[in-house]
Amino acid sequence: MERANTLSATIMPPSPAKRRPAQMLGYAMMAGLAIAALGGPALIGADPAKQSLLATLQSPSIAHPLGTDHLGRDMAARLLSGAQLSLSLAFLSVITAGLPGAILGVLAAWFGGWTDRILGAFADAVLALPGLLLVLMLAAISPGSWWALYAGISLTLWVEYFRYTRQRARISLAEPSVEASRMLGLGPWLLVRRHVIPEIGPGLLTIAAFGAATAVTSVAALGFVSVGIRPPTAEWGVMMTELLPYWREAPFLILQPVACLVITVLALHLSVGGLRRL
Amino acid sequence: MTDFFKSVFAVLAARGLQAVIVAIIVGIVSFAMMHALPGDAAYRIAAGRYGYDMMDAAAAEAVRLELGLDNPWMVQLWDWLGQLAQFDLGNSLVYGTPVVDEIATQLGYSLLLAGGAVVASLIIALPIGIATGLAPNGLLDRVTLGLSVFLRAVPAFALGIVLVLIFAVQLKLFPVAGFRGLENLILPSFTLGIGLAAVSNRVVRDAVVDAMNSDWQMFARTKGLSARLTLTRHVLRNASLPVVTYVGVQLAYLIEGVVIVETVFAWPGIGHALVHAIFGRDIAMVQGTALTLGLLYVALNLCVDLACRGIDPRERV
Repeated sequence: MERANTLSATIMPPSPAKRRPAQMLGYAMMAGLAIAALGGPALIGADPAKQSLLATLQSPSIAHPLGTDHLGRDMAARLLSGAQLSLSLAFLSVITAGLPGAILGVLAAWFGGWTDRILGAFADAVLALPGLLLVLMLAAISPGSWWALYAGISLTLWVEYFRYTRQRARISLAEPSVEASRMLGLGPWLLVRRHVIPEIGPGLLTIAAFGAATAVTSVAALGFVSVGIRPPTAEWGVMMTELLPYWREAPFLILQPVACLVITVLALHLSVGGLRRL
Repeated sequence: MTDFFKSVFAVLAARGLQAVIVAIIVGIVSFAMMHALPGDAAYRIAAGRYGYDMMDAAAAEAVRLELGLDNPWMVQLWDWLGQLAQFDLGNSLVYGTPVVDEIATQLGYSLLLAGGAVVASLIIALPIGIATGLAPNGLLDRVTLGLSVFLRAVPAFALGIVLVLIFAVQLKLFPVAGFRGLENLILPSFTLGIGLAAVSNRVVRDAVVDAMNSDWQMFARTKGLSARLTLTRHVLRNASLPVVTYVGVQLAYLIEGVVIVETVFAWPGIGHALVHAIFGRDIAMVQGTALTLGLLYVALNLCVDLACRGIDPRERV
């Protein structure tokens, strides 16, 4: 009895104020990552490709703040270059998956009927395979190509936006307020802008953040299994594969790209309140 | 009862359609890979058949005519999918053995790993989920929430690397990679299991909180049933449905995880074979392994669908 009573008070979702510190942390991490990605290796003035075979696997020093890898390349510069590659691809895939996904979602909800059925069947076809498997196959058509990876990720991720937008748009287009606006003779563009977009905006942001995290993870996973981006490009997954044989001499090196990847995904999850969508 | 069979039939039809779509996508992508390869396919196949020194242009032309490689690509794609529809997966271009034989041995290892991962995730998620669900917003609840958020952000292969470095390299508790015995199963299973449990322990927790908050739980307590009996007889049974449903949501993560984690641990399963085949341009193997993984995904989903209908009578309508 008493347990049930205390529970009813605690089952309420945590108040927004409680969630804010985590979200703020996410924003701060995102800002740091954005600076790293925009600046790239130029931030520390080092060349990520410059080898120095006399200074391999070095510990952090003033010249190399994060040490050097097995070919004497500056780790900090390589990590920054990897951040540039992963985050730009993630950002682009959010746009090329999100815009068509959301627009097609609204179209499917607006027209219904065969438009809806055909688009829905196409979305189901993409969802028939686990996402990463599809990305892996599409990237394998032309291994090592940035474009194949990018196209594969975008083609896999648009479905999330489409399904969410379609579902929410159907609900909001059926509301009496929309019907009233329609009878007033307001055009479709105005209806979508005033009634649908405010409704789906926040949800789309969440999907975008999680989609970007998926994109970053996929790039690293494919790089790690030697199917995605190829060496000598500095990419986090490729760096993990390259540095794995040197765990005994320099375990701190392999952990650096791992940490970068985890921080990026964590930043994206936290910035949209990762606690909620667990 | 007829309603029950009708709903089971609907599930079977939907998943059957999904299986067909999987086969078509895998077939088309493999066909595209075949055509994206540099050079002339007829010469390549002739060289594979007769040896690089024994073949000439005439042999290549004979192969081209025999396999219909001079047909328009639409016709070739149709033939390609036709072979797939007859379960003719061909021979591995690298090993020369039938793809089906290779897959038959690998599938067992992959299923073992997937099973181990699910068991590991339940070992972690069930006790934690029940404990946090019985004392929501307590210290344990908040700590596991933070840990769950963090672990969810760690990709499976990155977690695998860290676990190998800690438990295999530093502590030397488990073997690093390969497959020699069941001790090899532990690290990869927990790598995947931790990722699964990071989310599912919250699902268990929410299900337990809901069940503990329900009217029938209150009724069981007021009629004099002890707290322990209420938990074991009523709460856990009702809480199990969302948990089983959630296993279905996690299947995609499981299949993706198997592909990548097998590579981390050099596990002799299908995912490892797929990655190897892509790297070695062994298209017959790529097609076979990807098709098997896709169909495995469909089959596991079907099992979850049917299990949900078995547990909860409400689903049968």
